Amino acid sequence: MSSVNTHHSAPLSAQALERFAREVAKYPDDQKQSAVMACLSIAQQEQGYVSAESERVIAEFLGMAPMAVHEVTTFYNMYNQHPVGKFKINVCTNLPCQLRNGQGALMHLVKTLGIEVGETTADGVFTVQPGECMGACADAPVMLVNDRTMCSYMSNDKIDQMVAGLRSVKE
Amino acid sequence: MSMNVEQVLSQFQTTAVETCFHDRHMGPQILAGLNGKNWSLQDYVARGGYQALRKILGQDGSAPNPETGVAGMTQDQVIATVKESGLRGRGGAGFPTGLKWSFMPRQFPGQKYLVCNSDEGEPGTCKDREILQHNPHIVIEGMAIAAYAMGISVGYNYIHGEIFQTYERFEAALEEARAAGFLGDNIMGSKFSFQLHAAHGFGAYICGEETALLESLEGKKGQPRFKPPFPASFGLYGKPTTINNTETFAAVPWIINNGGQAYLECGKPNNGGTKIFSVSGDVERPGNYEIPMGTPFSKLLELAGGVRKGRKLKAVIPGGSSSPVLPADVIMECTMDYDSIAKAGSMLGSGAVIVMDDSRCMVKSLQRLSYFYMHESCGQCTPCREGTGWLWRMVDRIERGEGRESDLALLDNVAENIMGRTICALGDAAAMPVRGMIKHFRHEFEHHITHKTCMVPAYV
Repeated sequence: MSSVNTHHSAPLSAQALERFAREVAKYPDDQKQSAVMACLSIAQQEQGYVSAESERVIAEFLGMAPMAVHEVTTFYNMYNQHPVGKFKINVCTNLPCQLRNGQGALMHLVKTLGIEVGETTADGVFTVQPGECMGACADAPVMLVNDRTMCSYMSNDKIDQMVAGLRSVKE
Repeated sequence: MSMNVEQVLSQFQTTAVETCFHDRHMGPQILAGLNGKNWSLQDYVARGGYQALRKILGQDGSAPNPETGVAGMTQDQVIATVKESGLRGRGGAGFPTGLKWSFMPRQFPGQKYLVCNSDEGEPGTCKDREILQHNPHIVIEGMAIAAYAMGISVGYNYIHGEIFQTYERFEAALEEARAAGFLGDNIMGSKFSFQLHAAHGFGAYICGEETALLESLEGKKGQPRFKPPFPASFGLYGKPTTINNTETFAAVPWIINNGGQAYLECGKPNNGGTKIFSVSGDVERPGNYEIPMGTPFSKLLELAGGVRKGRKLKAVIPGGSSSPVLPADVIMECTMDYDSIAKAGSMLGSGAVIVMDDSRCMVKSLQRLSYFYMHESCGQCTPCREGTGWLWRMVDRIERGEGRESDLALLDNVAENIMGRTICALGDAAAMPVRGMIKHFRHEFEHHITHKTCMVPAYV
């Protein structure tokens, strides 16, 4: 079993809660809920996805109903509602990227990894998803790794290089 | 070799040399002198940054204003200057910025807010990312000037979730500006205080719609609000709020430093200043090009290196994916400004120019765009939620050679029934590309339906 499925019950770290507090401080005292987007992304960065437990912690931290937090998790595309691979790669296939081989890049990536679009590799290292416009159209094809790092001009050669590089990363 | 994740991925980060730091801008104001390393406050100040803020606050050493007896500019003078400049909203709607600012209730007793819309997700648009990444302080200064003019003490910049590195860059710039006294309490010893924060989205095209953005900023689903009331009376947390696009704020310091008339003269009447055009698709050099409003499209195409591989221009989507497509012979006669593109039957929108060459099938192109609008409809209004699905399913079956004779009339009917019948503009944005494509390239759709195959099989 991949490691990504084993840590869903781990509590959020003290460091995460400190980061929550920094986000809350941006907003008026009676508008803590405004920090929910940032808190969910912090939880996801730490745990790989947004668990029901994280939603409960965030709801309590911000004084929200857990369902109101869950509504946010499910409305926005980038929150992972389930565990994903160690590296989640979103490939933009919208029209400006499609005109510069965005769809081809997605197909090359999944073929290289031996999975279908939307799947995770058996070793739990890679998840590949199609994406909508990332606002980097002149850099096409573009890929977003783990929500935070945009990779540009992803030719097939570069995709191979990225996959090999990420596979060789030491813990 | 044992690289960490950051090192591995750093090999694939753009340097923006091709898209931003080239010498093919024309009279740039926002992207002038950038090289990817000079984003910080020190560099910005060395380029003349924060002079406009000093000027309005009377901290630039100039003599007192003869009308007011004090140094600096009054709120009314700042707004009048922005009105005079002809600056129009760079996010897509093209609404006159000075007029928008004048709608804010100046004497409102409670809290008011200023919001920057950096939720740049209109397919084809990639300019705000480069402004925020490589010149973040110009946006901070522009927002501080706007806040002064409207008597606002708190602002937020809502940044597209996918450009997280840019969000982090902007946060770093905010820290610098606070430390240097350009943000915070009593800025440069004046009575003016302004607190500015960054927030981020997390993957929802709809949040580029200003009231959806406000909902998101309040920590909710990004579903647009009915208008009226408009944000100027009921905005963030129900308080008067002004929302402008990133590039709009970035234009403001130059206007204050050089005057409204000088800005207007950079462009053409009713279309002042420079504009950053994001050119994507079938060109040799995709990228951002800051050029005067009213520059011929043919010149912009030339700056972008012309059509890729020497192919023939077929069509251009001139203002982001929501604007109707224009065939080559029409766009080649246009100048790049709000009025010329509107006259040709489309919209300048966000200035995202998607170029398609003669190997492109319009049915396949529309299929992808229709999927996008279906995927991103927030689901609130029935005509949009159901209609975008109808549009996609029909275009998809036409593309797959399963279209019916009646489909073109039905597509038009569905588009007609979406337009003007939804809370926000996403419905119109989904319908307009469909109508534009069928208007100009009807024969391609008919060929797909009749022959079950594509006229342009070379789609690469």
